[in-house]
Amino acid sequence: MQIKIDHLTKKFPDTTAVDDFTMEFESGKLTALLGPSGCGKSTMLNMLAGILPATDGHIYFDDDDVTDMPPQKRGVGLVFQNYALYPHMTVLENICFPLEIQKVNKAERIEKAKEMAKLVHVDQYLDRKPKELSGGQQQRVAIARALIKTPRLLLLDEPLSNLDARLRIEMREEIRRIQQETKVTTIFVTHDQEEAMSISDSIVLMKDGILMQVDKPQALYDDPNHTFVASFLGNPPINNLEGIINDAGDFELKDHSATIKLNEKKGIKGEEVILGIRPEAITIGPDFNTKAEILERYTMGKEELANIKIGSAELRVYISVDHDCKKGDVIDLVLRNKGVFLFDKASGKRL
Amino acid sequence: MAEAVLKSKKRSSSGIFNTKWEPLIYLAPFLIGVIIFTLYPFFNIILISFKEGYRQMTGAFQSFGFDNYVHIFTDPYFINALKNTAMYVGFVVPISTALSLFFANLLNQKIKGIGIFQTAFFLPMVTSVTAIGLVWKLMFNDRIGVINAMLGLFGVERIEWLLDPAMNIWALIIYGIWNMMPFTIIILLSGLQNIDPLYYTAAKVDGASSRKQFFRITVPLLAPTIGLTCIINMISASKVFGELFPLFSGRPGTAYNLFTMVYYIYYEFNVARHLGYAAAASIILFIIVFVFTMIQLYVQRRWRYY
Ligand SMILES: Nc1ncnc2c1ncn2[C@@H]1O[C@H](COP(=O)(O)OP(=O)(O)OP(=O)(O)O)[C@@H](O)[C@H]1O
Ligand SMILES: [Mg+2]
Repeated sequence: MQIKIDHLTKKFPDTTAVDDFTMEFESGKLTALLGPSGCGKSTMLNMLAGILPATDGHIYFDDDDVTDMPPQKRGVGLVFQNYALYPHMTVLENICFPLEIQKVNKAERIEKAKEMAKLVHVDQYLDRKPKELSGGQQQRVAIARALIKTPRLLLLDEPLSNLDARLRIEMREEIRRIQQETKVTTIFVTHDQEEAMSISDSIVLMKDGILMQVDKPQALYDDPNHTFVASFLGNPPINNLEGIINDAGDFELKDHSATIKLNEKKGIKGEEVILGIRPEAITIGPDFNTKAEILERYTMGKEELANIKIGSAELRVYISVDHDCKKGDVIDLVLRNKGVFLFDKASGKRL
Repeated sequence: MAEAVLKSKKRSSSGIFNTKWEPLIYLAPFLIGVIIFTLYPFFNIILISFKEGYRQMTGAFQSFGFDNYVHIFTDPYFINALKNTAMYVGFVVPISTALSLFFANLLNQKIKGIGIFQTAFFLPMVTSVTAIGLVWKLMFNDRIGVINAMLGLFGVERIEWLLDPAMNIWALIIYGIWNMMPFTIIILLSGLQNIDPLYYTAAKVDGASSRKQFFRITVPLLAPTIGLTCIINMISASKVFGELFPLFSGRPGTAYNLFTMVYYIYYEFNVARHLGYAAAASIILFIIVFVFTMIQLYVQRRWRYY
């Protein structure tokens, strides 16, 4: 099912949690709602589920306007951040509950529940109470409970935030698998950019209730339209240098301590800009025009990183092991085309 | 470090202080109080209940045995007291618990002015029981009482609540139900407020009606609290006594027909001065309350979910 939202707004007494969203969620795809804490992700999800009324705008499921439809009629499955499994019911009863409400007969709903339990790999825990399960198992039960009524839309609110690092990776793959097996349109809330990058078909990046960019994960990384987008994605993070465009069309640091030659001139002059350089976006070699001093070299896992200094600006970049430069050396480097972005300083927009 | 350990070891083995008896010294004031005012009377009553013709002043008695028990179990007033108490507990506890659950659920809603209603429901708890009883006496009045007036609207004939011995127990039960509700509502309301509202949101998304939410989520999650109020209320209802005074001007019903267990004990002790009978009846009451508590504890353990 395709979801369209049209100028959707949610205002609370002193915040606008979702500010004038217009976009589409693709049918049968997994979309991640990504953004820092408090940016309105849960609010957005709750409006889609029908738990929160919208202040303004419309929500369409395919062609139906569901803006004022109560949650039980929307046919959505919702997985809460802390699962909200009913503590007094067994795993089987929990999974059955939505069908029990729909008055499906008992034999049928138990059969269906077992099928769901198998899908999410919790079929050996059917008689246990939620408190007797691990976080990951509880989460899978919550997904089974959301899926059993064959929802048109599956909503997951930061379902992995309570899990440890290893289980998170395991579970996000699990969610990916379940989504691909069931082909249900899924919206997944997270504040972890890596999580969003690794499992979603597309990412909706938001900040302070404002929609920043919607795109495929790689496109979002390669082609951010705002300095916030560029900074939010990527680890280690992008290097942001403040400065101006000089008469030659190149980038000059604010204190004029260095100039960095840009491969692509934007045809502007004298403007205050932010130059974003991804850590992997430099090449070292002779005859290049930007000088940098190596402050420190270190390895992070299998990666070779270095802190370097161009003029007064410090950057963290990848340096291939082939270059046996060491602390204190001055190297020549050049920017690659990919992974280097110019943003307007005032608006943050890409130039 | 080692020196310090040695030192403290030495200290702890000297004198009565710093021995395993030390805590007892601190507890002594409390323990002595408990022994004098609780344990001694308790065991003394057990003894007295076996002494026939026991006299409080001289401590003399005629024989030691089950005579007092035989007497009370052949005393129609005692049998009547047992029956009345059982009926009182049997009606008041379930009905007041059910009503309290209903009202607690209403009081737990997020609506404007809910504070006023909450206060109104809890007001009886801080009001004198006797004053309330006198008001009820007035309401039960068969000529000018508001209860008959209201029933009259539905064509019910005048009921002599406080005069007709057959109606006395119902008056007592109705008053008892009302009396028990504020406390029960407070306990249940605090239980309700401990239920994570997320469960209701989840149930709503699944399409559960408020009725379904109440019976499938609220009641099971509240079961331990309901069990607790039931135990407390059964015990306090078994001891129904003070409620009789304002309604029937100190008598157990119009025609001495509404003896309750505690009223019987009070009567045998204070009025008839049969200490042995009073003691035996107390022991029977104790056993009944004790059995109730055990059953409830057992059931409650099976109800506990998390
Ligand atoms: N019921 C409410 N009343 C008032 N303000 C609210 C309410 N719910 C959320 N907000 C505000 O709306 C903004 C968005 O909240 P929301 O819960 O959607 O954030 P979020 O992106 O889900 O954050 P997190 O990642 O921490 O869960 C926050 O500033 C929050 O304080
Ligand atoms: Mg949230």
